[in-house]
Amino acid sequence: MSEYAIELRNVSVAYGDCQCLADVSLAIPINSVVALIGPSGCGKSTLIRSMNRTNELVAKTVTTGEVNFGGRDVYGSRMDLRELRERIGMVFQRPNPFPKSIFDNVAWGLRSNGIRGRKRLEEAVERSLRAAALWDAVSSKLDQPALGLSGGQQQRLCIARALAVEPEILLMDEPCSALDPIATQRIEDLIDELKERYTIVIVTHNMQQAARIADFTAFLMAEQPHEPSRIVEFGRSVEIFTRPGDERTEAYVTGRFG
Amino acid sequence: MAAAAATAVVGVALIFAFVLQTAWPVLTRVGIAQFIFGDTWYPTRGRFGLLPLVAGSAALLLGALLLGAPAGVMTAIFLSEYCPKRLASLLRPAIDLLAGIPSVIYGFFGLISIVPIVRSVFGGAGFGPVAGSLILAVMILPTITSVSRDALEAVPRDYRLGGLALGATQWRTVYDVVVPSAWSGIVTSVVLGVGRAVGETMAVLMVIGNAPRFPRAAGQPISALTSQVALDMAYASGDHRTALFGIAALLLFITMGLVGVGRLTVRRQARQGRRR
Ligand SMILES: Nc1ncnc2c1ncn2[C@@H]1O[C@H](COP(=O)(O)OP(=O)(O)OP(=O)(O)O)[C@@H](O)[C@H]1O
Ligand SMILES: [Mg+2]
Repeated sequence: MSEYAIELRNVSVAYGDCQCLADVSLAIPINSVVALIGPSGCGKSTLIRSMNRTNELVAKTVTTGEVNFGGRDVYGSRMDLRELRERIGMVFQRPNPFPKSIFDNVAWGLRSNGIRGRKRLEEAVERSLRAAALWDAVSSKLDQPALGLSGGQQQRLCIARALAVEPEILLMDEPCSALDPIATQRIEDLIDELKERYTIVIVTHNMQQAARIADFTAFLMAEQPHEPSRIVEFGRSVEIFTRPGDERTEAYVTGRFG
Repeated sequence: MAAAAATAVVGVALIFAFVLQTAWPVLTRVGIAQFIFGDTWYPTRGRFGLLPLVAGSAALLLGALLLGAPAGVMTAIFLSEYCPKRLASLLRPAIDLLAGIPSVIYGFFGLISIVPIVRSVFGGAGFGPVAGSLILAVMILPTITSVSRDALEAVPRDYRLGGLALGATQWRTVYDVVVPSAWSGIVTSVVLGVGRAVGETMAVLMVIGNAPRFPRAAGQPISALTSQVALDMAYASGDHRTALFGIAALLLFITMGLVGVGRLTVRRQARQGRRR
């Protein structure tokens, strides 16, 4: 049994003939929160999407290297994409609840796995909404449209929806960037609770946020413009934010560029 | 802009007033109920019952709807969700072209290809509700496809990603997330398609046989409201002629009803889809 939830070895990703990431190696410890930071356009979203193979849904991409998840190569020919994406959940930058009821949103993933029993669905919906700290706010209006919730509630609903299928890893690509400070605070608290049971990878532009919630931080950057990005530094967040080993990391985290 | 809108409104009102006024004598003489629900259309003997024509039109519309709506919506789903971009860019103009073909040509096509097929499959003359429905279905397909497709393509990409990232198959994501999100547009496309089918005269006239009888068999001639007007206008006089204006008034009301249904669905969807 590996101590890592997911392990990337020499992963490179290209959009057509535009090389975006080169030789990224990253081992994400189980039950930790790992933040990906770096200047805009450096490939953070691409990197996080490479873990559940959603890059290929967005554009034509070529990925090389190995992503080891549970002893198997995510990019191997025997990988079942449905299973992979079920076990590695994802939360997007803009809350994207479906135009359905709150209940149907959370139950959606389970139903698409063929789970139909009302009782089982109800239990799972309650458990997931509690885990996403949304139960108290919505328990009396589960049949109402999800789009009637506030932005922060919608994002927590999306987290609940992802949790309902019981993933092992939760990928979050700037989950707070469309939210106000209070809603952001609640998501951060939530992430702190969730890491007891899940491994979380989060992309963020907010240095304070990364420092507050992430156990580990990876700093990603291209050496030259138009070159692929690489991991400049990866380590415990305290180290990265207080004693960075690389001067580019220091410049970035102290806000001197990017 | 305001002037143009005013012109349009005044134009519609004038048409309405004119048609109703011309039809009025026969409506009062025959009685509106007897006019619409009378079961015999034999104008030269003073029988002005529209029911056979209403039934004929209804059969044609229903058939066109049952065939054309699923085909049009499925085509739109294929184009927006499954079809490679290159192929879509070839198919789109082809489908748009389908909408631009004059209806006489559809009529000829029906006459030489569909009617004989119906005749050999269902027996009878071949002219009738099935041939008419098939032609109408083909004619409304481009409208339904292009409006539905626009609605599907307006669904945020995040919905699709959200579904697929939950481990769902593409088909489930399409039918349970994308299609419901685009539902108002899809309904609108069908209403527009039916609207087109209601007004369609020429192609229908060429393939239904034009006998004002109740539809009973797939290959037996029927008649429809629009085609009957077009056929009789050439020679009708007196009450017969005014009765044709009565039919026109009925068609106007049906069209208004359809537009109303369309607006209602759009408004209801707008309320449901409100974000934040
Ligand atoms: N769909 C795409 N097609 C082609 N190139 C893309 C696509 N998406 C991203 N790229 C390229 O890949 C690079 C990395 O993009 P990515 O979105 O991963 O960056 P990011 O670090 O998430 O940026 P941001 O902080 O703005 O979200 C960019 O330079 C971009 O030009
Ligand atoms: Mg990004």
